[in-house]
Amino acid sequence: MQELMSGNEAIARGAWECGAAFGAGYPGTPSTEILESFAQYEGVYAEWSPNEKVGLEVAIGAAFAGARAMAVMKHVGVNVAADPLFTVSYTGTNGALVIITADDPSLHSSQNEQDNRNYAKFAKIPMLEPSDSQEAKDFIKLAFDLSEKFDTPVFLRTTTRVSHSKSVVRLEPKATIEDRTDIRHLPLKYVMVPVNARARRLEVEKRMQALQEWAETFPGNRVELNSAEAGIITAGMPYNYAKDAFPGYSCLKLGMVHPLPERLIRDFASKVKKLYVVEELDPFIEEQVKAMGIEVTGKAVFPYTNEFDPGVVEKAVTGKSSAPIVELPTIPPRPPNLCPGCPHRALFYALNKTKAFVSGDIGCYTLSYMKPLSGMDSCVCMGASIGIAHGMSKALGPKGKGKVVGVIGDSTFIHSGITPLLNAAYNRSNAVFIIADNRTTAMTGMQEHPATGQTLQGEKTKELDFAALGKVLGVERVEVIDPLQFKNTAEVLKRELGKEGPSLIISRSPCVLLMSRKAAHAGHFYADPDKCIGCKVCLSCGCPAISWKDFEKAGMPPRPDRKKQKGIAVIDASLCTGCTLCAQLCRQEAIMREG
Amino acid sequence: MEDRVKSLLLAGVGGQGILLASDIICKVMMGKGYDVKKSEVHGMAQRGGCVTSHVRFGRKVYSPLARKGDVDIIVSFEKLESLRYLDYLKPGGMVLVNDEEIYPPSVNLGEADYPVGIYESLRSRIGAENVKVVTGPELAARAGNRRAVNTVMLGAISRYIPGIGVDEWKNVLAASLPEKIIEANLKAFDLGRAA
Repeated sequence: MQELMSGNEAIARGAWECGAAFGAGYPGTPSTEILESFAQYEGVYAEWSPNEKVGLEVAIGAAFAGARAMAVMKHVGVNVAADPLFTVSYTGTNGALVIITADDPSLHSSQNEQDNRNYAKFAKIPMLEPSDSQEAKDFIKLAFDLSEKFDTPVFLRTTTRVSHSKSVVRLEPKATIEDRTDIRHLPLKYVMVPVNARARRLEVEKRMQALQEWAETFPGNRVELNSAEAGIITAGMPYNYAKDAFPGYSCLKLGMVHPLPERLIRDFASKVKKLYVVEELDPFIEEQVKAMGIEVTGKAVFPYTNEFDPGVVEKAVTGKSSAPIVELPTIPPRPPNLCPGCPHRALFYALNKTKAFVSGDIGCYTLSYMKPLSGMDSCVCMGASIGIAHGMSKALGPKGKGKVVGVIGDSTFIHSGITPLLNAAYNRSNAVFIIADNRTTAMTGMQEHPATGQTLQGEKTKELDFAALGKVLGVERVEVIDPLQFKNTAEVLKRELGKEGPSLIISRSPCVLLMSRKAAHAGHFYADPDKCIGCKVCLSCGCPAISWKDFEKAGMPPRPDRKKQKGIAVIDASLCTGCTLCAQLCRQEAIMREG
Repeated sequence: MEDRVKSLLLAGVGGQGILLASDIICKVMMGKGYDVKKSEVHGMAQRGGCVTSHVRFGRKVYSPLARKGDVDIIVSFEKLESLRYLDYLKPGGMVLVNDEEIYPPSVNLGEADYPVGIYESLRSRIGAENVKVVTGPELAARAGNRRAVNTVMLGAISRYIPGIGVDEWKNVLAASLPEKIIEANLKAFDLGRAA
């Protein structure tokens, strides 16, 4: 049976087919659907952990117990999980441990474009890289086998284009595997004190040598001999681009990108006159091929940045494009935006008015940095908002009093904001901290987290209390507000910015996407054209439901009584969710609820 | 089956149902024995921003992304978006446009105008015979479900993919939807196909 599947769905399916029954991770584009999809299969345990480090540690525990486990994360998640990662390479796994890293060339939904193949080399962990959904399913199975065979964690690397493209997959039944879970006391292997770690360190090198030998005959490293004029070494999605652009070239398609099969590469290189490496991001394969003393063309012609497509590969190799030159018309851009009715809009509108430096974080609300909200001044990585705000406030001293705010989403706070908040309380910070609590992990598509009271697999559970947590961490002033009560929001911000010591404000209002369609559209608002004076205050909150119409477009005659007025604000009833923010901002009371 | 890979580019705005439409095209072509691949966008890119989905089918498809100048049909679910990816269209290729305006932020704020003369611009660039305007919202309303604009567009696309019976489209469409909206969507498909 065949099915159209995304790379992510295929990974979940493959894991289930080969008897893996354990998955942990944290949502992050483009990796999220792997665990979401896996969690749906019969007989598996899957959890959202608070962050990738915990997710990996949980998976390590399952592997130590003899299970087939996977830890799933986006590329930057591996940075968070890097501490256990480097040492589990020493301990080995007992059962199977596969770490899935979903990289994001072109930064479709990320803060950086790091190439996580480097982690494989750095942590001395083998890495497989599929090029489509069928391979994603095949390779995850191989990864589990390899992990058990060599007692090593194994990386499976995807990119956004592998994770989120769909292609045809052959489904297979679930294999029956023997239950090997048990408690095994192996302190010399698992207690990484220096004396034991030194011994394991030698095992790591032995293992990598054995794996390199294995890679020479691994069928996923495949030679497709065509023309002797030119050959391409490639892996992952770029394989498809290369085949599309140069079907006549010979190709060495690597299914395993670490360690590389040196003899296979030398043999392939000897069969073609001109050799290219086609790889996105870093010259990871290229540098190693060059270190073998083989002449090869890579980043001299291919870009370092962004994902490729067949046109990019063609142009790099031939120096020109076969596409006709088309001069595109200049049209307004369409950046992503906070949804109509998003409660973050009210909070960030208020923050902008405080003129404070807003140290922000990662989530939908990062979009509030854009005009007209202009409500955020920095965003570095998950959890960074609080530490940065505290550091800035300390460095500024009295100059920064009342002028530094750290804002972090609910899921992001749980991910990595708790420790920095503890630090801020411990070190007597003067900054104001805000949890923008919309009751879900919204940006990645509404995942559960410890404060939603529900698990990935739909079980009811303990619900984390942010206010109580703030108190026990040592923040004395903790207040819960509804950001959509705008006047109160502005007042609380002003008051807390004027105080000594750290404050925690929990800005709580559920994500508008959590509401049913019906509830979200009950009682939308309209702007009375007679009362609207065209001041544009409502527009300054950047709601997609509100637009400016000059009189001509609105089909209205100019108003002789208000000579300066050029037009009116119009609210699109089909988009308005009735959040009331614009009505609260309007000083003319021109915005009213329909009906 | 032709050896050559055919490419469609579906474009529009987050929330317009583009991913479902491209899934259905893929499943229909898969059912006919084609190799198919498609790409889509998730996450940050979806919050009201541009959404595109490349759909490719043929005897063997490698890349899920089409290259510039190689797309047979651009299907734009929003009027303005029909201009954004014209460099992907191959000479002689066609553009199907849903006649619906969704304002980008700069237009909402009154800082930019929503471009006028979009259809004229399209016709002069690629030839009037290659531009097909579909009144999606009107036809969806007539079918009894205002949200079925994507299905109207799917019906319109189906006319330009030869060799597939109407029933083959409708079977896949019906299997992809909840029971209570199937009837209106099948009607929307017919209206789009006849448009």
